[in-house]
Amino acid sequence: MTPDEIRAAVLDTLAGIAPEAATAPLDARRSLREQLDIDSVDFLNFLTSLHQRLGVDVPEADYAQLQTLDDSVAYLARKLAAPPH
Amino acid sequence: MDEATFVAWRVKPGDRVKHGDVVAAVETAKGIIDIEIFDTGIVDTLLIEPGARIPVGTVLAQIKSDAPGSAPGPVPPATATAADAAAPAASSPASSPPAPPPAARKHAAELGVALESVHGTGPHGVITIADVERSGMAPPAAPPAATPVPSPAAAPPAPPPATAAPAATAPATDMRATIAAAMTRAKREIPHYYLATTVDLRQTMDWLAMHNRDRPVTERLLAGLLFVRAVARALTEFPDFSGHYADGRFQPGAGIHVGVAVSLRGGGLVAPALHQADQGALSALMPAFQDLVTRARSGHLRASEMTDATITVTSLGERGVDAVFPVIYPPQVAILGFGRVDLRPVVTADGGIAAHPTVTMTLAADHRVSDGHRGGLFVAAIERHLKAPEHL
Repeated sequence: MTPDEIRAAVLDTLAGIAPEAATAPLDARRSLREQLDIDSVDFLNFLTSLHQRLGVDVPEADYAQLQTLDDSVAYLARKLAAPPH
Repeated sequence: MDEATFVAWRVKPGDRVKHGDVVAAVETAKGIIDIEIFDTGIVDTLLIEPGARIPVGTVLAQIKSDAPGSAPGPVPPATATAADAAAPAASSPASSPPAPPPAARKHAAELGVALESVHGTGPHGVITIADVERSGMAPPAAPPAATPVPSPAAAPPAPPPATAAPAATAPATDMRATIAAAMTRAKREIPHYYLATTVDLRQTMDWLAMHNRDRPVTERLLAGLLFVRAVARALTEFPDFSGHYADGRFQPGAGIHVGVAVSLRGGGLVAPALHQADQGALSALMPAFQDLVTRARSGHLRASEMTDATITVTSLGERGVDAVFPVIYPPQVAILGFGRVDLRPVVTADGGIAAHPTVTMTLAADHRVSDGHRGGLFVAAIERHLKAPEHL
């Protein structure tokens, strides 16, 4: 997947949780939780959907690397590029 | 609340339904609520079209009983008390309990009591005149202020995509009015007392991180669930905090159903019940918890979830506050507030100071039912359960 495709997938996943993600402009370098008022259950749903769509299971220890949209796309791109173990 | 907008059928004629099935959705000031049926049978006729405004007590459908030996043909209609979450669901008076006698019906009409909301105490659960009167004296079902609604529920800001909801006006003002009424009643009628304690969560959070470390995202637990569970477990020792205050006295709940306060996007909140939160494995409670919160936000709560809570837990901490001083949801008698889990200085056993994750937990309880001493013991029990997560 290209970074643009990953970004589109992340945005679409977010929109399923926080509908305003589809309409309001997001600052790609600011905290998603803050901008979209995402709580822990929303975040878990976000990760579950990402896992279903992209096959990437984000360990809890890596949550801090998905704070912003840019960070999330970069993280997922790395994970998708890494050979499966 | 005395009427609702019918949103959609979830069944069609010929469908077999059983107790607890969702048969329809209605939109109320508390949001879109799924209507459950309390009978078993076959859907015969649907009497209401989506978009209709329906008063409480409107007959929504006819259900044919398929109990052996029952007469063929439509039984007396299933009544679905659409709007009033306190008296939800389609129920067929033809099955148990028996139809109320005419005198009770007449009396109910005079008093403006919805029979569906009356608990029958006569033979085989038949509704007696006394039952009607008791119900009539209870906070009337009509104004939201007085409905025994566990939460200031709210409609979601955007209609959920799955519903073919016609242009029912987004009841933002209804939602606010419902919250206002419930909270005004709480502050006017309930003599709250408050107790707070700060809990060292180091062991708990270490256990949680260890538990979640090697599990896929679908099997991970949240700290918020541990709070709910610890409260539920403590309630097994302190049942006097789990129930409703009605008719001038405390009435213990028939099970520990913890209301989970969920803030909605665009404002408002609901606190639907997580049923039997003290029972089963945490691994089974977690999906139920996640599902409940998700449905609360998407507007697919069940009517029973709106009324069954026997206590409430609110975790506002994720929004960044240290402590919460919550308001009890009438007719419940207690609510727990959890602040933000964060690293704070703690004095350790050897007299040193260390940074541990801590949380400030606040109990608001009804002084008509319990005293601060008892409340303190309850809080201590929650803390004890929280600090032994491996036994939760």
